Amino acid sequence: MSDAADTRAEAGGRAGARTRRRARNLAVVRTVAWRNLHSVIRTPALLLPPLVFPLFFYMAFAGGLSAVGNLPGFGYYDYNAFQFVFVLLQSAAFGGVFIGFSIAADFDAGFTRRLFLAAGDRSAVIAGYGVAAVVRAVFVWAVVFAIAVATGMEVGGDGIELSGLVGLALIVNVAAFLFAAGMMTRMRTLQAAPAMQLPVFFILMTAPVYVPRDLLQGWIETVSRFNPATAILEAGRSLMAGDPFHVALAFAAAAGLGVALAVFARRGLRKAEAAG
Amino acid sequence: MSGATATAPLPRQALYLAWRSVIRTARQPIVIVPPLVFPLFLLAINASGLDAATSIPGFPADSYLAFALAFPFMQGALFATNTAGANIAQDIGTGFFNRLSLTPMRGASLLAGQLTGVLLVGAIQAVAFLAAGLAAGVTIEAGPLGVPVLFALSLIIVAAFGTIGLFAGLRTGSGEAVQGLFPLMFVLLFLSSAVLPRDLIAQDWFQTVATINPVSYLIEGLRSLIITGWDPGALALAFGIALAIFAAGLAASVAALRERLVRT
Repeated sequence: MSDAADTRAEAGGRAGARTRRRARNLAVVRTVAWRNLHSVIRTPALLLPPLVFPLFFYMAFAGGLSAVGNLPGFGYYDYNAFQFVFVLLQSAAFGGVFIGFSIAADFDAGFTRRLFLAAGDRSAVIAGYGVAAVVRAVFVWAVVFAIAVATGMEVGGDGIELSGLVGLALIVNVAAFLFAAGMMTRMRTLQAAPAMQLPVFFILMTAPVYVPRDLLQGWIETVSRFNPATAILEAGRSLMAGDPFHVALAFAAAAGLGVALAVFARRGLRKAEAAG
Repeated sequence: MSGATATAPLPRQALYLAWRSVIRTARQPIVIVPPLVFPLFLLAINASGLDAATSIPGFPADSYLAFALAFPFMQGALFATNTAGANIAQDIGTGFFNRLSLTPMRGASLLAGQLTGVLLVGAIQAVAFLAAGLAAGVTIEAGPLGVPVLFALSLIIVAAFGTIGLFAGLRTGSGEAVQGLFPLMFVLLFLSSAVLPRDLIAQDWFQTVATINPVSYLIEGLRSLIITGWDPGALALAFGIALAIFAAGLAASVAALRERLVRT
C-alpha cells in the first residue's frame, strides 16, 4: 500500500475514533441526564422544592410588597413583572445549585465514582448533570411563567426580548450549575451543601431585589453597584418591559461568570479524579 | 443514667435532661450559628433594600430597620421548630429514646428537657438581635421595661414553635421529615405582615392570608414594643396566640410521646 493510502487510512481511523468517542460521550451525557430526571420525576421530595420555592417567592414578594411599586421614582411598569424577573433568575441560579445536591448525593452513595470509572471522559458525566439542570429549570420557568401570567402579570416585551430574557436565565443556570459542580467535585459530600447555597444566596440578595437601584439606600446600594447579578437582573427587567437596557453588559457578565466557573468546575473534576 | 436520676422527682429529671439538651446544643455550632446569622443577614438586606417603603403614606415607622427588627425574632423562633424536632428525632434514631423509656423517667421531664436547649438558642438569638438593632440605631419605643417583655414574648414564641418541632420529631422519628417542616414555616413567615403592615398590603388575597395567619399577630406584638410603645391589644393577641400554640403543641407532643412509648 502506498504512503498516501496509509495516511488516508490513518486519518480515516482517527476520524472514526473521534466519532466513536463523541458518540460514547453523548451516550454518557444522555444516560446521566436521564437518570437524574427520572429520579426527580419519581421522587416528589426532589421535584417539589425547586418548583414550589420560586412560586412561593413570587407570591410573597409580588403579593406582599406590591404597594412598593407605587413609590415615587419606582419607574417600572408592573411590580409583578419586576419580581417575576428576580424569581426567574433566582430559580435559574438555584436550579443549578439543586443539581449540586444530586452530584453530592451520588458521591455520598459511591455512584459518581462508579460513573467516573465507566466513562471514558469524566467531563461527560458532569455535562449530563448540566443537561438535567437545564431541563429542570426550563420546566420550572414554564410553570411559574404560566401562573404569573394567569394571575395578572403584564408582559411588556415581545418574543425576541423574552427569548433574550430566557437566554440570560439559561446562562445563569449553567453558571450556577458549574459553580455547584466545582464545589461538589471538591467536597464530594452532601454535608457541604451550605458552601454552595450561601454564596449564591448572598450574590442574589445583594442585587436590587425589592426596588430599583435608585431607591436602594445604605450598604446594599454600594454592594449592588459592584454585584454582577445587578447588571443581569436590570437587563432582565428591561427585556421583560420591552425596553432593553445594557443587555450586552449583562450577557457579558453572565458569560464571563460562566467561563470562569467552567474553569473552576474543570479543576474540581480533576481533583475528584485525583482523589479516586 | 444512674438509678438516682431515674427515680428523682420531676423537676430534677427535667433538670438532668435540660442540662443534656443545653450541652448538646452548645456543642453543635451548626445549631447555633445559622439561626443567628441568617436572620441578621436578611434583616440587613431588608432594612437597606426596603428602606424606601417608609415613604408609603401611612407607614408606621421612620426607619425600616426598626420596623423589620421583629422579623429576625420571628425567623429565629421558626428555626426552633427544626432544632427541637431534629434533636428528638436524633434521640429516637440513635436509640437513646428507647433506653430512656426503660427508666422511670416521666414524659413531661423529657419534653421540658428537650425544650430547654431550644430556649437557650432562643435567648442567645434575642440578645444578639436586640444588640444588633440597638447598635444600628433602633430605639425601643416601649422603653427599658419593654426589653424584658420583648424577651419574654420572644421566648414564649420559641417554646411554642419548639413544641411543634417536638411533635413532628416524636410522631415521625425522622430528622428528614422534621426538616420538611422548614418550608412550611418559611411560608408562614413570608405570607404574614412581616414586611409591610397589613393595612398597606395592596393585594387583597395577600391581606386576607396575612390576616388569617397567626404569625402576623406574633410579629405585630413584637413589633409594637419596638415602634409603637405599649399597645395592650397587640401584646394581648401576641401572648395569647403564642400561649395557644404552645398549649396545642404541648398537648400534641404529649399524645405523640405516649404513642411512641407504647410502640417502644
